[in-house]
Amino acid sequence: MKAPRQQARVHGPETKDQRPRALRWEHAPGNKLGDPKHCIARRDFFRFASGLAVLVGVRSGLSVSSADSSHRPGALVDVNVSISHWPTRRVEFDEAPELAKLLRSRGVSQAWVGSLDGMLHKDIAAANARLARACAQNGRGLLLPFGTINPVLPDWREELRRCAEAHRMHGIRLYPNYHGYKLDDPASASLLRAAAERGLIVQIALAMEDERMMHPLMRVAPVDPTPLVRLVREIQGIRLVLINALRLVRGEPLGQLIRSGEVYVEISTLDGVGCVERLVTEIPVERVLFGSNAPLFYFESAALKLRESSLSPTQLAALCAGNAIRLMPRGVGRGSRTP
Amino acid sequence: MSAAPDRMEIWDVHCHLSGVPGNTPEERLERLIGYADRLGIQKLCICMGMEWAYDPSPEKLRKDNDDVLRAIRRFPERAFGFVYLNPKHTQASIDELNRCVADGPMVGVKLWVAEKCNSPALDPIVRRAAELRAPIYQHTWLKITGNLPGESTPMDLAELARRHPDAQFICGHSGGDWEVGIRAVRSCQNVYVELSGGDPVAGVTEMAVRELGAERVLFGSDAGGRSFASQLGKVTGASVPETAKRLILVGNLRRLLRPILTSKGFSTHRSTTIEHQ
Ligand SMILES: [Zn+2]
Repeated sequence: MKAPRQQARVHGPETKDQRPRALRWEHAPGNKLGDPKHCIARRDFFRFASGLAVLVGVRSGLSVSSADSSHRPGALVDVNVSISHWPTRRVEFDEAPELAKLLRSRGVSQAWVGSLDGMLHKDIAAANARLARACAQNGRGLLLPFGTINPVLPDWREELRRCAEAHRMHGIRLYPNYHGYKLDDPASASLLRAAAERGLIVQIALAMEDERMMHPLMRVAPVDPTPLVRLVREIQGIRLVLINALRLVRGEPLGQLIRSGEVYVEISTLDGVGCVERLVTEIPVERVLFGSNAPLFYFESAALKLRESSLSPTQLAALCAGNAIRLMPRGVGRGSRTP
Repeated sequence: MSAAPDRMEIWDVHCHLSGVPGNTPEERLERLIGYADRLGIQKLCICMGMEWAYDPSPEKLRKDNDDVLRAIRRFPERAFGFVYLNPKHTQASIDELNRCVADGPMVGVKLWVAEKCNSPALDPIVRRAAELRAPIYQHTWLKITGNLPGESTPMDLAELARRHPDAQFICGHSGGDWEVGIRAVRSCQNVYVELSGGDPVAGVTEMAVRELGAERVLFGSDAGGRSFASQLGKVTGASVPETAKRLILVGNLRRLLRPILTSKGFSTHRSTTIEHQ
């Protein structure tokens, strides 16, 4: 196995250059240095160069085997994965034990996990409880649950409370188009405000599949994110991650969203040659996160985008882990706050 | 440790000169090759010009094919050309086929959305392509949102393929709605499915291999509109045997093109010029 030595040689100097930046993340305001999470983040960072080198393939050739990325964890945060069943298809790795194994074998160190049950199930309380249990029981800390809230259902605030206090989640995931509301409905503002007050990250899925290929009985228009510009400006402390968004919003509309406040995007539906290097000329790399949409999408598709694009080690570090680690709230979901 | 070599040769059956920066066909192909190099893709099949037309006139066809000829002549080691035709202009299409394939360096045919492919207007074109042993890449998509007026479904392609058992067809994008598209062409042994163009939805490659056999599945990217990465991940990330991945990434296309490449004096052996200079 000569690959690791080559990687170390290529990435060695840049790794050194980045250490101060990593320390800056750890000393960011509000970061508790004694927090076990902080220690994981720092350890992960120092494993980062080798893990990332494997991921983006410093080797000039491409093995079609996944074996060459096995068992070499690096700091790679995948902010867009899901468990449970897609309504019209069984998907490999759609249960937590298999998903955790897949992500670990691909070098993922942390994954933000939603439950596909949240899209269509009315008993979202049960879906969120199953999600929390699955994430706790599998992957040894790899999987962070992001519960679903449907603000059209009665008593959704209790659901939000359970996500934050009972399940100790760091964030929530919304499917406005599957739940039948728009982002300029009053329910959206109420939910975003309540989530911000609890310090929860809010992920909004703008779409879940290509409109051209939907099941005839499950045709759902994508979410229009435009109203978020005003909401983000108005709601203090809101932190948004738009998932499956980058086929639907680009250019000036995306720029407006990014400038409105703490709004992030992930790359799972970003496409076109060199798409990541082009995106980071449009919006600051600090707002771009790694997302695979696994297991609905092949994980490799997102990972290979990082290899196809020419990105500096600093950009890669931010996109793969730094931005997500900085975004992750500290001290949320521990029952310390009441509504 | 996998037995896979560090360098697996990869041929991409479906690329374009659009969606790539550059002012000339040569500049765009150079950029495309630069990205392909980062993923270890050695050969690109290029079709259609700098700007696309749904229903190109004979003049526009010649212009588009001239763009491709310019590009592939600059990079003969790295790119093959597929001639873009419009069955609504049958004679002009046969003239282009002769100019670019019989008398030129191109090796395949590209048909897009000018005319549904079950139309009898395609028959003379397909017969001539079969004589030249040029495979026919037919764009197909089955859209619940509605197809373009001349846009073929995979079922249309199955009709055409049954009329022409001697011709070789590539079902572009696996029919788009691949769970239906793969079934639609399953019984046509002279149809390959090509994986490009859609989101990297998990399961497409596994289903294609299961239903058709790995010998009838081809890797394509539809770059520059799509990334090489998003589409290549469909194969490298699939739960199919390594032998199947090799067939999909290079073996099948090499076999499919071997007769026409040999007749033109191209080598079909493993490329020695892997790094783009
Ligand atoms: Zn195409």
